[in-house]
Amino acid sequence: MSVFINKNTKLVVQGITGRDGSFHTKQMMEYGTQVVAGVTPGKGGQKFENAIPIFNTVADAVKESGANTAVIYVPPPYAADAIMEAASSGVSLVVCITEGVPVLDMTKVYAFVKERGVRLLGPNCPGLISPGESKVGIIPGRICTPGPVGVVSRSGTLTYEVVYQLTRAGIGQTTCVGIGGDPINGTNFIDCLEAFENDPATKAIAMMGEIGGTDEQEAAEYIKTRMKKPVVGFIAGQTAPPGRRMGHAGAIISGSAGTAAEKIDAFEKCGIGVAKRPMDFVELIKARLPKN
Amino acid sequence: MNLHEYQAKDILRRYGVTTPEGTVVTTADEARAAAVAFGGPVMVKAQVHVGGRGKAGGVKFCKTPDEAHEKASKILGMTIKGLTVKKVLIAPAADIASEAYVGIIVDRARKKPVFMVSAAGGIDIEEVAATTPEKIRYHAVDVRYGLMAFEALELGFFLYNDAKLARAAAKVMQQLYAAFMATGCSLAEINPLVVTPAGDIVALDGKMVIDDNELERRADLEALRDVDSEDPAEVDARNCNLTFIKLDGNVGCIVNGAGLAMATMDLVKYYGGDPANFLDIGGSSNPEKVVNAIRIITADPNVKSILFNIFGGITRTDDVANGIVTALKANPLKVPLVIRLTGTNEEIALKILKENGLSASSDMDEAVQQAVKLAAGGQAA
Repeated sequence: MSVFINKNTKLVVQGITGRDGSFHTKQMMEYGTQVVAGVTPGKGGQKFENAIPIFNTVADAVKESGANTAVIYVPPPYAADAIMEAASSGVSLVVCITEGVPVLDMTKVYAFVKERGVRLLGPNCPGLISPGESKVGIIPGRICTPGPVGVVSRSGTLTYEVVYQLTRAGIGQTTCVGIGGDPINGTNFIDCLEAFENDPATKAIAMMGEIGGTDEQEAAEYIKTRMKKPVVGFIAGQTAPPGRRMGHAGAIISGSAGTAAEKIDAFEKCGIGVAKRPMDFVELIKARLPKN
Repeated sequence: MNLHEYQAKDILRRYGVTTPEGTVVTTADEARAAAVAFGGPVMVKAQVHVGGRGKAGGVKFCKTPDEAHEKASKILGMTIKGLTVKKVLIAPAADIASEAYVGIIVDRARKKPVFMVSAAGGIDIEEVAATTPEKIRYHAVDVRYGLMAFEALELGFFLYNDAKLARAAAKVMQQLYAAFMATGCSLAEINPLVVTPAGDIVALDGKMVIDDNELERRADLEALRDVDSEDPAEVDARNCNLTFIKLDGNVGCIVNGAGLAMATMDLVKYYGGDPANFLDIGGSSNPEKVVNAIRIITADPNVKSILFNIFGGITRTDDVANGIVTALKANPLKVPLVIRLTGTNEEIALKILKENGLSASSDMDEAVQQAVKLAAGGQAA
């Protein structure tokens, strides 16, 4: 079992002929993901790697291939439109890998996808992987292995670090989800925690947050009041200088400065195991998994 | 990207906001000349990218041109929160009957631009929020419709009982919103928005922060960058497509990915060390990026050891290894180097390093401890 993607995921790749798009499409195909179509406007009718049909529009691709998930590797100025095109095409999940999407674009995109009931993951995220079933995005497949832990994170390489350590210790994952680090993203911690809580195969959750905003504090409250499964959390940025990325006005509006100390405090108050170092996940998760 | 006050005011003026004319100068003599040209009392205001300029002595009221000369000569060259003042704005002093605060910020929780307005202006809005939060009103804008006239008027009446003033303020809100959206801002504020004794509404100070993600598609905004007022090492890093923030410690850190970079700095601290910097080489690495990263880190005399922490996904670890070797050949290091790398093309990377007399760990914890120990003057294990 897994969340959001599984072996039935049928993927359309937007920007399949670009540098990043083509490289990662091959990686996803090697992993076993069902890549059923690609989109590059003007290259409709061609084939990617002599196998995957390319279309001019996402609507055509979905109609012809039956894709249910889209992944986006298009450059930042076009990413917002690509997300909205995907959300209009009939797929239920859109994963945007692109980094550098202007935040005001995202204020429009967020409202647009919500109205259509489509789940957006990202932008500026590594995507997700359900080990042994499917991978959508750029998370290296070989560091993952199937097992009982759900992983959710705001960061890319930090996710790899933790997953790698879990895998090395023989602890596998149901699904690893990178929600992305941008101020406005489609899926937050709570969305993922809810999915993991409802997934029978997930027995414990590893969560990696970072400084800025209040997502982690809200997630902590959710875990305390709504979840039965154990969660272990980590916050990156304890040594980050305040105010370099987020102005004080943002802190006022959210009622919080978004510091690591505040977030760790919220975790502790809500009974979440706190990993002080990335490597601490191994022991903390092990202690919380059912013994058998 | 932060804009200076004078740049923000220029933009606001283009969108119809009334704000006093000003002259930007770089010498005390020019300050005197500007004051003479305006006639009457002026304000001399430091143009630096920090808050709290007034408290730091960077904003002064001057009755005469001679006083403007004297104050400008003191402010130019002074250091406010680590940044040197290189420009001052000379603007006619305004008579003030009341001061308000009007700001917009992109709020990550509501996923919308949110107005913050308060009749308690002129001071730090942080202070108002902390002591009298009821004096601030928030309003989230649906970007598909923009700020509607009735919404702007509601905010206007929150600030002023007088209908004429409320209408004038509502107009300023709509102009500020238009400027915010068209300039790709993540923050725009007017503080203070003043009512003059004559009953006019004037923006006495303006602040804008542009979303860095807008700059690639907006050459007009990038052109507003004042490289002179930024930290030279950070400018250098940005030109090399690296994200770099200088800190006060002695362990130089070179990492791929912001989250892992922060976690690495935290681990340095955990083991009793102090990171000298935040440096993210980003996703698609090439050897040249690594060479530049080493150059920037070693320029800091505080750095006593250098730590690489690379988890190859998109980043190819052999690219990183080649970069390290190239950099060291050109400029041998004066401080010890600790390399941790794992992931994509790890075997090739380790071979490259070995051929050049270098070694690497695959364990993050071990590498961090080593780098901290070496920075403290210890021996390699």
